Parts: sequence; C-alpha cells; structure tokens
Amino acid sequence: MSPAPGMVLPDEAARELGARGGVALATNELGFTYPEGTEALRGVSLEIGAGDLVAIVGQNGSGKSTLVRHFNGLLRATRGSVSVGGEPVDRQHVADLAARVGIVFQNPDRQIFSSRVQAEVAFGARNAGLAGDDVEGRVHACLRLVGLEEQARTNPYDLGYSRRKLLATASVLAMGTPGLVLDEPTTGQDLRGVRLIRALIDLLHEMGRTVIAISHDMRFVAEVFPRVIVMQGGRVVLDGPPETVFAEASWPTLASTYLRPPLAATLGARLGLGSTPTEDRLIGALAQRPPGTSPGEDGSPPPGG
Amino acid sequence: MSLRLAGATYRYAGAGRPALVAVDLEVAAGAVVGVVGANESGKTTLCLVAAGLAPATIGGELTGTVEVDELHTSRQRPHELAQRCGVLFQNPSTQLSGTTGSVWEEIGFGPRNLGLSVEETVHRVDEAMRVVGIAALAERDPARLSGGQAQLVALASVLAMHPRYLILDEPTSQLDPGGTELVGDALADLAQRTGAGVLLVEHKTDLLDRVADRVVVLDAGRIVERGEARSLLGDARLPGWGVDPPARARLERAADAAGVELPEAVA
Repeated sequence: MSPAPGMVLPDEAARELGARGGVALATNELGFTYPEGTEALRGVSLEIGAGDLVAIVGQNGSGKSTLVRHFNGLLRATRGSVSVGGEPVDRQHVADLAARVGIVFQNPDRQIFSSRVQAEVAFGARNAGLAGDDVEGRVHACLRLVGLEEQARTNPYDLGYSRRKLLATASVLAMGTPGLVLDEPTTGQDLRGVRLIRALIDLLHEMGRTVIAISHDMRFVAEVFPRVIVMQGGRVVLDGPPETVFAEASWPTLASTYLRPPLAATLGARLGLGSTPTEDRLIGALAQRPPGTSPGEDGSPPPGG
Repeated sequence: MSLRLAGATYRYAGAGRPALVAVDLEVAAGAVVGVVGANESGKTTLCLVAAGLAPATIGGELTGTVEVDELHTSRQRPHELAQRCGVLFQNPSTQLSGTTGSVWEEIGFGPRNLGLSVEETVHRVDEAMRVVGIAALAERDPARLSGGQAQLVALASVLAMHPRYLILDEPTSQLDPGGTELVGDALADLAQRTGAGVLLVEHKTDLLDRVADRVVVLDAGRIVERGEARSLLGDARLPGWGVDPPARARLERAADAAGVELPEAVA
C-alpha cells in the first residue's frame, strides 16, 4: 500500500528520531506465573535479531502481552531466562532496559499523564537524555509521524481514543529506543490511522530498529511482517513467514488459537493457487494463471452470488 | 418499537462546533445497524446521544429528538434508561465497576442492582457468560484480565441487563478474530431471537458485512450515506470517508483493476 501523501520524510525524520540500529532479544524456556496463580507463559524460546520486524499473534489471553513485558523489565521471569542486547536481563537495571526497548501499551490511558500533547511526548524525549532544542525537534518529528502535529497544544483527554493511542505511540517513539513493541497498534484506527502506523513501522525498519507488534489484524500482519509468531496457551505454536503461517497446513493450528487466515489466503487455497497470504499475492497469482482454468467455469458468477 | 434520533444536533459543553449535526437514525427492534466513519467523525458522540447520556450526564446542548420506544430520553430517569439502553464504551477498563472480586460478580453487579431475585441473577450471569464465550473466566479477578477478556466481560455485563437496545462502541476492538466472530454472531442472534435493537460502531467492516442489516456513514458529524449493509459496504466511496472496505469488496476491486476474474463469489 502506498503511504498517505505528504506524510513521512524518512531521512529528515531519522535525523530527529535518534540513532539507527536495533537490539537483539531472546528468551530461553521462559515461564511466567502471575502472583494469583495464572500461568501466562509456559516455556517460550525465541530469538529475535537486531533490526528484525516481527508480529506476535494469538487469541486473547495467550500470553502475548505478558511475553513482551519481559523485554523491558516490567516483568521478571519466574522460570527460564530473557536476554536483551545479548545480556541476561537480570544483570541489567530497569532504567537501562527501558532505554533499550519501548513498549506502547494496548490501552493508552494507562500511559498518558500530561495535560498537553507536546508535554507528554517531551517527557519521553527528556528521558532519553535530550535537552533544549533537541527535545523540541524530536517532539515535532514524533507528532508529525503519528499525524498529531496540529494537536500539540491539546489536552490528551480532548483527543478521541484512537488519537490517544497515536499519542502514546509518539511518546514511546520519542525515547528513541532501538527496540519498540507496539501492542495492538491498529486497534480503533481508521484507514488514515492504519496507514500512518504502517508508514511508521516501515520507517523504523529502514532505520534498523527492532520492531515487534502484537496484533489481531491478520491482514496487517500478513502485509507488513516478514515473520509471524503464533502463541497459544503461553507457548509458541507457529513461527515463520506469512506464507507458511497462513498456509492451509497451518489453519487447524490457527483455529485452535481463535485466529483466522486472511480472506486472500483462504481464497488462494480454495482456488489451488498455493499460499497467498496477501491480497496482492492473490491477485498476482490469479493474473498469472493460464486462461481457461477458472473453477467458475464460464466466468459467470455462481448462482445466488 | 425503535430507538430513534430525529434532527439530533449535539454540541459538547464548551465546544465551538457541534459534534453531531442533524442526525436522523432509526434502530428498529430486532435490527442491527452498523455505523462507520473516520476517527473523530462523531461515532462515539452518536453513541452517547443515542443512549441518552449526552447531555443528561455529561452536559452540552442537544436539539432535535432522541426517543426510545416513543419516550423522550430526556424525560426518563437514568436507571430507567439504563434498562432500556445498554451501552458499551470503547475502553472496557473504564466500564468495569472495580468493586468486585470475580468476573462472575462483576457481571452480576448490574442485575443485582436492579433488585432481581438471586435465581434470575444467576440465570442472567451464566447466560451472558455463555453467549460471549467466557464461562471459563468466572472465578478470575476482573482487574487481572487481558484487554480482550476485559472487553468480553464488559459486554457480558451489558447483556445481563437485558436491555431493549444495545449501543456498542467498537465492542470487538481488542478481540481476536475468533472472539470477534463469536460476538458478531451472538449480537445477530440476540437481535433475531429477542428483538433487541443493536447500534454497532465498528472499524471492522468485515464484521458489519457479516451481521449488520443496515449501515450509516458518519463524516464530520453528519450521516452522509446510508443503506442496506452489503451494498453500502461495497461502495467505492468508503475509503474517501476514511473507512476500510471489507476484504471481499477490496478483492473485487483489486481484481477489476488488474483485469482478472475472481472465479467464485468472494464471501
């Protein structure tokens, strides 16, 4: 999809957003049990390289949000281990972890506390050690990337839910962390908001940042992420490119964790076109078929539409 | 019987311009009416006004009429209105009472406040949990749920009140695809079986394509288009209103543009 016009100027934004480069993340047999007894993670072993672009999917309560909270020290493993930047997290201070991995939570209202949009974003920039004009530059760049530059002086609670979510994204972005986790970034966003998020992820990826998104939006996942991790009941049950994860052979596993492949994948399989996880791939595969192979016989629409 | 807005214009307290302008809308008993539109187009405001919460509880200025079963919402007391119109807000954590220790008690909170018998309360809570597929969460602490689970608990709490009309502001936003389908089918079934009227604000047009009878498009506070769900959701103007069409409509259009045929009915 082409980005919305006049939105992102990668080089300029990159100058304002801090250093290029990402951070490697890894877990080994990670287990986590909440104090009241819910066992949210049951042995997760993953390696995510610096600069990787990864989606995590899975049914509600499958452990996605619990997993990513281990990457910046919000939660500490009750079993197994976690490393960030090649070092075990239990040898790193929470403040250092917070400077390496930023998390944009699902619910922006757990994150926002300032009375002005720009102050909210400036807090992140100051936390990253910026001062004076540098703060202003970064605040401006981050607000522009999420399409809120005209709301800089607004009270965050005068923004609708979807814009508060974009604001929370800008605030974390302002910290310039080499790793960024977006928990349900497209939730509640309209077409423009989704395009902004996609352009932002593309930009961060170009900058070499490590980007992880948790999402229930399978089309977004299939179109944007080269690697998809599927979780169920606190474990990883699938891990691979969209072509594999959304291929027909994976459908039973997806169904067991309340996921559905994108419509393009379902149609591609039904039409014998192989794995077509995105709409572009499906249309491309259809265009390449030799003439006269249409299962719709004479090409007329089937009765009953 | 219906929930009806006629010429409804609403301005938030202190706002210069109205957030909703001359809205005519009817949700008949047993119907599912979808609402789509860009962010800040007035969808949430429409929910507040339709539910009688604006201006009654949040102030502001309303002109035109909002009627529930031919009664003006402005002349009904809040607890009476609450039994006629169930409202689900976008952010479930603002909706949960914060006073209960388990999901079961949380869902029973509303029915108990209605003064219903214990038997009836038990029946309603169990039914509501079953309908949205969260029976397994009964003993869990409401404060320790995932976002999607909290959303289902909030929805079950509204359903347990047995309102005549349901006003739902993105009720599936945090749900996995299976949960989204389940909720969609449950709402359609509820409308058909009990005659409840459902006003359903959604960005997920695939869901509306599946369950809505009619859809209206909001743009800058006005209803700019309305129609039968399937044909309106196939309207080429949707992206211009900031609305992502359902997958089948996108695929049909992409296939047309590429000059290829989609050999089967897409949906």
